Amino acid sequence: MHKLTKNGKKLTRSTILRCLCVAGSVILTLAALWYLQRLLMPKYQKGVVEGSMIEEYYLSEEPHEVIFLGDCEVYENISTVTLFEEYGISSYIRGSAQQLTWQSYYLLEDTLRYETPKVVVFNVLALKYGEPQSESYNRMTLDGMRWSSSKIASIEASMTEDEHMIDYVFPFLRYHSRWSELTATDFEHVFSKDRVTTNGYYMRADVLPEGAFPDPMPLADYTLPDTSMEYLEMMYELCEENDIELVLIKAPTLYPYWYEQWDDQVDEFADAHGIPYINYIYLRDAMGLDMSEDTYDAGLHLNLSGAEKFASYIGQYLINNYDLTDFRQYADVAGEWEDDILFYDSLRQAQEAELSEYGELRSWGANAIE
Amino acid sequence: MLFTSLKFIVFITILVIVYYAFTPAKERWGLLLMASLAFYFFADPRFLIFIFVTALVAYVHAIVTEDYQAKRKAYLKQNKELFDGDGKKKYKKTTANVTRLLLVLSLLINLGILAATKYTNFVIDTVNSIRGGEPLSFVNVIIPMGISFYTFQTVSYSIDISRGTVKAERNLLKLLLFVSFFPQLVQGPISRFGDLSQTLYTPKQFEFKNVSYGFIRILWGYFKKLVIADRLLPAIKILTGSPDEYNGAFVFIVMMFYAAQLYCDFTGGIDITIGIAQVLGVTVKENFDLPYFSKNIKEYWNRWHITMGTWFTDYIFYPLSVSPKMLKLSKWSREHLGNAVGKRVTVYISCFAVWLATGIWHGAAWHFVVWGLMNFVVIMASQELEPLYAKFHAKFNLKPHKGYAVFEIIRTFLLMSSLKLFDCYANVGLTFKMFGSMFTTFNAGKLFGGALADIGLSSGDYILLAGSITVVFLVSLYKKFKGTDIRGFLYDRFPLFALSAVILLIATLVFGAYGAGYDASQFIYNQF
Amino acid sequence: MEELIEILQDLHSDVDFENCKTLIDDKILDSFDIVSIVSEVNDRFDVQIPAKELVPENFNSAQALWDLITRLEED
Repeated sequence: MHKLTKNGKKLTRSTILRCLCVAGSVILTLAALWYLQRLLMPKYQKGVVEGSMIEEYYLSEEPHEVIFLGDCEVYENISTVTLFEEYGISSYIRGSAQQLTWQSYYLLEDTLRYETPKVVVFNVLALKYGEPQSESYNRMTLDGMRWSSSKIASIEASMTEDEHMIDYVFPFLRYHSRWSELTATDFEHVFSKDRVTTNGYYMRADVLPEGAFPDPMPLADYTLPDTSMEYLEMMYELCEENDIELVLIKAPTLYPYWYEQWDDQVDEFADAHGIPYINYIYLRDAMGLDMSEDTYDAGLHLNLSGAEKFASYIGQYLINNYDLTDFRQYADVAGEWEDDILFYDSLRQAQEAELSEYGELRSWGANAIE
Repeated sequence: MLFTSLKFIVFITILVIVYYAFTPAKERWGLLLMASLAFYFFADPRFLIFIFVTALVAYVHAIVTEDYQAKRKAYLKQNKELFDGDGKKKYKKTTANVTRLLLVLSLLINLGILAATKYTNFVIDTVNSIRGGEPLSFVNVIIPMGISFYTFQTVSYSIDISRGTVKAERNLLKLLLFVSFFPQLVQGPISRFGDLSQTLYTPKQFEFKNVSYGFIRILWGYFKKLVIADRLLPAIKILTGSPDEYNGAFVFIVMMFYAAQLYCDFTGGIDITIGIAQVLGVTVKENFDLPYFSKNIKEYWNRWHITMGTWFTDYIFYPLSVSPKMLKLSKWSREHLGNAVGKRVTVYISCFAVWLATGIWHGAAWHFVVWGLMNFVVIMASQELEPLYAKFHAKFNLKPHKGYAVFEIIRTFLLMSSLKLFDCYANVGLTFKMFGSMFTTFNAGKLFGGALADIGLSSGDYILLAGSITVVFLVSLYKKFKGTDIRGFLYDRFPLFALSAVILLIATLVFGAYGAGYDASQFIYNQF
Repeated sequence: MEELIEILQDLHSDVDFENCKTLIDDKILDSFDIVSIVSEVNDRFDVQIPAKELVPENFNSAQALWDLITRLEED
């Protein structure tokens, strides 16, 4: 009898120890995987920063009455600081590299979970894509989104043939093989990232004058794909439901080529829905754009001076047509913006310093890729 | 479903949970059967027909044979007075003949299905190349997953029944489970009914130790497969894909890489199989016993793919060598050719048959046949050289020396690795040519100067491979010197066991060569 | 029995067959040896050992093998 109790006791103790070990292992494994996942995911901090943009939005504290959606034609071309400084418009650009129309739609859904803007400005270039395009751009747009049904729907709509949902749910599975190419940046930014934009605006202060573009290729079919047009329709309806004014724009840059036939279809859409569509390609002179000094990559995107000119011009349109608050009058919001402006100015100074020292940017863009 | 697919891992996880949480211990074998059939069904529903036919044939054969033998035996016992010595012998002989006939019938069907599905096109191809002229067209046959393994397993059951060494399974579903038990379908082991049935059908309780042992073994298998084998495979493909460029010293690299790749892939797969079975409370026979520590080729084949080796020994080599005809031949040759030669004749013939069969079994291609026969030649050569070695050792008093054992191990390893080259190159002639190039144009210099970085492995990969192969080597050394595997040591220090599992799991997840791979250049800025 | 030991000694002169009980388990006898033993036994005792009796239990010791031979002789 005595022996039995002793055995019983011993058994219990070792059972408890084992259970503790198993529980500990599970926790340890999950913690390690969580850490490793953050470590192994690309950080998009230097060179290619476009992957950091989508998640940066969640850190922005002030309210935004204007939300821009689209690809590089918004996030490199419109200075949000100019909009605030000149008109008191508090805006955010939810832009990302080659953002596809459905991605813009789901980003709008996502944004509406946090705030309801008065105006949504959508750049129409991406309407030309009716199919998922590339995994790397998908990742830059999707990985940064917070989890929601919108994110899941966006992933499902965006995946190319070889992609799997599981790799989005556990990005670890997709990025684990980066173990051999981790850099100091990866270790530095496991838990926090440096800011790369001013309210979604990605600054480039360098200059490379606009050159000649190749002649546009004739297309077999000029119809904008059904898929993207359907999502545009959904975007319109979502705005209606939320009393948001939708504005369609085409940024003033000439390449990738924006065909007239496309332009006409967007015009038709806008007319049919009673919303404005402005093609700024025709308004380059009006806004004083000088493409010998307002672009940093031979005319593909605007540089800082170009983005300020475009912002100044589009801002005027926005305050003329919509009832937007002048947030310069509101101390709490203006206070938030002060920080943004501070970041913007110091970034400008840093870029100008490099430009005068080296004649080119070394810590931003292609030169900075690790 | 590959072991390394996500589907498989999800399948196993769900199975284990349902197995222990929602199925009564007594019914767990039924769940195993359902899982096995599902495993087949997901691969291709038509496979189910094949496996069912094979199981049914074996089932009927076993019952008919057993009942027949019992009836005959009972009759003999009851009517003792009717038989004299010779009559009894004659009666027994008839029993044996009928038993044999039944066996032949069942084997004809089951081996016939194997031959028809796996080897028809091989035969057509061979006939075409011999005959020339208008080639016969290939037939479109499906090859059921794991058919070699489950057919061999079933055949062993039928033979054992016929020999009276196991009792017939009278529940068709239970026999179907023995035939189709899914973890074994991918790469074996080939179990015997007598072994597997002991744990396959018994009520299984959740045993913490069993499950822990099995779980860490599964992890170990995945580690070997994903971190080492799958990382080496692309490099081997590049090296063997351009034989003109990668000759000489590179052939040696192929040998080393392939030896590591095959070992880790095969033993890793078996670890996963046996590990899963152990988690489910089923004991499956070991298939490897440190083969790369063998001192000669015969020993190697006793330690590599053991269940296949013993299958061939028990069901081909022995019956052939001790058949009355062979014994007669043995006697005759000893009388006419002298004791020394005569003794060898039958063994050689049987051994040749075994290796021919082994070669064909490995795959329907001629290089497998050549590979099998090369093994035969090498084994016979080493057998014949043994007395010579012994003399040599006696003369120089080398035997007890430890260094000599290491030399023997390395020699055997190199010999086996060179035989494996037949797997690597496109055809038999090329293999011989590449093997020869190691001796004519070795030129180790060309390995350096960047060539090794050009075969899809980065310096990080080399460090990782070196590190993980070292771990595998150390774990093997532990077993070699302690005689038991390292799990026991770890389990007695359970926190260490748990930590090892965590490290294995994470290392496999991070360093495993799975998924699409991350091509940084693909993610690099190109003017969106 | 003595004759049997003789057969075995012919194969491996350095093994203590009278006492060793793990001839198969310790891999002292391999499959080639077993076939030689079967054919020698066939010659000298006029006993045919069928393939089904070629299992470790029957060959692990000289005694086990002897028992097998006697059993087969009686049959």
